[in-house]
Amino acid sequence: MNLDSKIPEGPLAEKWEKHKFNVKLVNPANKRKYDVIIVGTGLAGASAAASLAELGYNVKAFTYHDSPRRAHSIAAQGGINAAKNYQNDGDSVFRLFYDTIKGGDYRSREANVYRLAQVSVNIIDQCVAQGVPFAREYGGLLANRSFGGAQVSRTFYARGQTGQQLLLGAYSALSRQIAYGKVKMYTRSEMLELVVVDGKARGIVTRNLITGEIETHAAHAVVLATGGYGNVFYLSTNAKYCNVTAPWRAHKKGAYFANPCFTQIHPTCIPVSGDYQSKLTLMSESLRNDGRVWVPKTKEMAERLRGGQIRVADIPEEERDYFLERKYPSFGNLVPRDVASRNAKQACDEGRGVGSTGLAVYLDFADAIKREGVDKVSQKYGNLFAMYEKITAENPYELPMRIYPAVHYTMGGLWVDYNLMTSIPGLYATGECNFSDHGANRLGASALMQGLADGYFVIPYTIGDYLAQMPPTPVTTQHAAFKEAEEAVHARTQKLLSIKGTRTPNEFHKALGHIMWDHCGMSRNAEGLQFAKQEIQKLRREFWSDLKLTGTNEELNQMLEIAGRVADFLELGELMVDDALNRKESCGGHFREEYQTPENEALRDDENFAYVAAWEWTGDNQPETLHKEELQFENVKLTQRSYK
Amino acid sequence: MAGNNPNAKPMNLTLKVWRQRNRNSEGKIVEYQVKDISPEMSFLEMLDVLNEDLLLKGDEPVAFDHDCREGICGSCDLFINGRAHGPEKGTTTCQLHMRKFSDGDTITIEPWRANAFPVNRDLSVDRSAFDRIIQAGGYISVNTGGVPDGNEIPIPKNIADKAFEAATCISCGACVAACKNASAMLFVSAKISQLALLPQGQVERKTRVENMVAQMDKEGFGACTNIGQCAAECPVGISLENIALMNREFISAKATSENLA
Ligand SMILES: Cc1cc2nc3c(=O)[nH]c(=O)nc-3n(C[C@H](O)[C@H](O)[C@H](O)COP(=O)(O)OP(=O)(O)OC[C@H]3O[C@@H](n4cnc5c(N)ncnc54)[C@H](O)[C@@H]3O)c2cc1C
Ligand code: SF4
Ligand code: FES
Repeated sequence: MNLDSKIPEGPLAEKWEKHKFNVKLVNPANKRKYDVIIVGTGLAGASAAASLAELGYNVKAFTYHDSPRRAHSIAAQGGINAAKNYQNDGDSVFRLFYDTIKGGDYRSREANVYRLAQVSVNIIDQCVAQGVPFAREYGGLLANRSFGGAQVSRTFYARGQTGQQLLLGAYSALSRQIAYGKVKMYTRSEMLELVVVDGKARGIVTRNLITGEIETHAAHAVVLATGGYGNVFYLSTNAKYCNVTAPWRAHKKGAYFANPCFTQIHPTCIPVSGDYQSKLTLMSESLRNDGRVWVPKTKEMAERLRGGQIRVADIPEEERDYFLERKYPSFGNLVPRDVASRNAKQACDEGRGVGSTGLAVYLDFADAIKREGVDKVSQKYGNLFAMYEKITAENPYELPMRIYPAVHYTMGGLWVDYNLMTSIPGLYATGECNFSDHGANRLGASALMQGLADGYFVIPYTIGDYLAQMPPTPVTTQHAAFKEAEEAVHARTQKLLSIKGTRTPNEFHKALGHIMWDHCGMSRNAEGLQFAKQEIQKLRREFWSDLKLTGTNEELNQMLEIAGRVADFLELGELMVDDALNRKESCGGHFREEYQTPENEALRDDENFAYVAAWEWTGDNQPETLHKEELQFENVKLTQRSYK
Repeated sequence: MAGNNPNAKPMNLTLKVWRQRNRNSEGKIVEYQVKDISPEMSFLEMLDVLNEDLLLKGDEPVAFDHDCREGICGSCDLFINGRAHGPEKGTTTCQLHMRKFSDGDTITIEPWRANAFPVNRDLSVDRSAFDRIIQAGGYISVNTGGVPDGNEIPIPKNIADKAFEAATCISCGACVAACKNASAMLFVSAKISQLALLPQGQVERKTRVENMVAQMDKEGFGACTNIGQCAAECPVGISLENIALMNREFISAKATSENLA
């Protein structure tokens, strides 16, 4: 298949307007004759479900959560970007576009990113109208703050819980459509298979997580808004349930998976404290506005600190290395995430890390507290400080926070064209589930923006274009493809339950996580990647011969759910490794040790790698086929990213 | 390995856990021992340890709800030693750490108990009643697009802050579990207040409170007798003032009812 990104002709700034005019429309009276399935009701899915239902389509929405309001989007802390230029500090649609392309290390599509910047302004208006309580200034107008990778203040926020407030806005719009009967909501319902009929996405198979019942559902189009796959690393800042199953099942039915190795490692997370650790907690990037990152200048000093011979307060100012401020004077502590993370790792690799494990650096608020007072600092970050103290039993008003990078976000995902359609006609992917807008590195506060842009303002137009091209005749689950997919789900579940081995799904998941973190994490090299590939294959064989489960399918069986997800992660992991091996350059979150500048910065190879790597499944245990979508840059000049 | 407290000693604990196969079956308390629990662990990590043990022994792990493990999604919902979300104030179950317990302790773990929250299995309950209450009116009726510029609706900071406080409810249901009448007043009032305070919420102010209260009653939640246990156990500190505000809203809406149906 040819990878056609379907980018509209014309000047960058006019593409979207023109495209909206050119797309085919579904007659208002006919909209109710089309059914759309939306899997996932986080920001991307709930906004799409509500908007499509408002337009008149019949929507069936699915989530494995007990309520749409619990999607992982709820956990976003820091904020959402929009090119409103309310601060009069020189922001514009073009600047947001430019920052995003540059922040992504020139591995995203210009046209998509420009559209994202354009609709960003509508998102804020929409959310305010829904009653989202954004932070405000004393004059009653909306407040902003700045985030990594940008030199303007364009981030809108709701204290440290922007994600919850935005999701509650989308959830309320969705709830209204559920009440009107325009959305049928299926909670605790997990999609386990995509149904493709005559080459088109026509439905899904789900498992009711309470009863174990396997159901089939048909529609004219299917949208996946199922979030990211960071949990392939086991430990990440993602919610525990986040997984790759929905897009992976679609991948195995023909949807290409793009740039799977592009993973974001967030610089400011609470460090790991023991092997029982079940997840990592993010400390919002907004903290880097006021917190200063440092480690002791020397290894010796760091050793004495770790050994408890000296305390933080004993380290004089001149013995502290504020390494981000030193190396990147113009962005300082606000360099993009990949740069901040890699520098923290480097400091720890040099033996200058702090905390009992040595795998941590300090994020220090002493200066901010001196400058602004405890009250002001607590107003800005109070809940984050409280959360930190709850987890670590240390008071960040008195001691600097200890932070370390952790897996946070996945830029890779299902390949989609400009219309957000995957390589399977009628199958769309939105939000973190697709690969579209962040290139090799996502800027802070841009995921919420993208999820809501996709759901509120893009898919409502582009899906109509597809639906208008087919007759509004009812779809059913009669076709043999439904029966087949349903049987495949039954067979797989029975297989998992019948292995009766000795190791738990979590043990396999942890083992996979270790392999991925050690060899396909913050920095990668060919040798390590080759090794990881073999280890993953071995682990996958062990999984299918030594997995232990109890209970049956016909009940709430949480270990069975986990097992199914781990099985998919074990396949995805290998593809990530293949993708990282293939990309013989460093860019954004993908750092190949073989390709770096003399100053240890990522060394891109635009001549050979300015493309999207879209992988096609070819069968179990077969190498996947690589398709390349060459990226065209007509409006920005590719430069070595510099935050000095 | 302890993260920052090298003196933290592992603990051995006795757990008394509610086991119930499904909604229709009888449940009972079953006793388990867990060993070598680090005080640095979260309460849910301690349950993970129990579940891995159970599975390896060929027993069925204990079902419980959780997801974010950061205190924001509202999934976790354990009744620990007779307290919703356990002994620490202002804390969800997932943010409770084992350092709040001591070696040799016996800990009783039960699901939320309320007619409106039937048990799915073990410690997992069905809180979809909350969703249906929101569907009855917990929104502002605006369609996507065609809304004014965000800054055309200025909101005084004190009002915005108050609305925000009410909006922080995570729908965990601890207020219901903590109340001897299993009343959902705190949850419902938080949403009513948020929208009643904001200019955007004025148009539907009256119908909203009437419809949401009607749905709340229909779901089988109990009456509020002003004991305040809900607010005392709410992990995010939703205040009783919201209930007072909701009562005023309700009376004034009823007096001039716009709900003709
Ligand atoms: C701790 C943290 C903080 C963050 N902070 C910020 C921030 O400040 N700003 C920012 O812009 N971004 C932030 N992000 C990133 C951002 O939150 C996410 O990228 C974004 O919310 C993803 O939204 P989504 O709608 O695509 O997916 P999600 O919110 O993950 O929703 C996925 C949905 O899909 C459903 N689902 C998944 N698989 C299935 C299946 N097989 N069957 C049925 N349902 C399924 C789930 O139930 C859920 O409803 C943060 C991320 C983390 C981890
Ligand atoms: S009011 Fe408090 S206790 Fe009740 S659901 Fe909301 S957050 Fe939970
Ligand atoms: S697991 Fe999300 S609040 Fe506890």
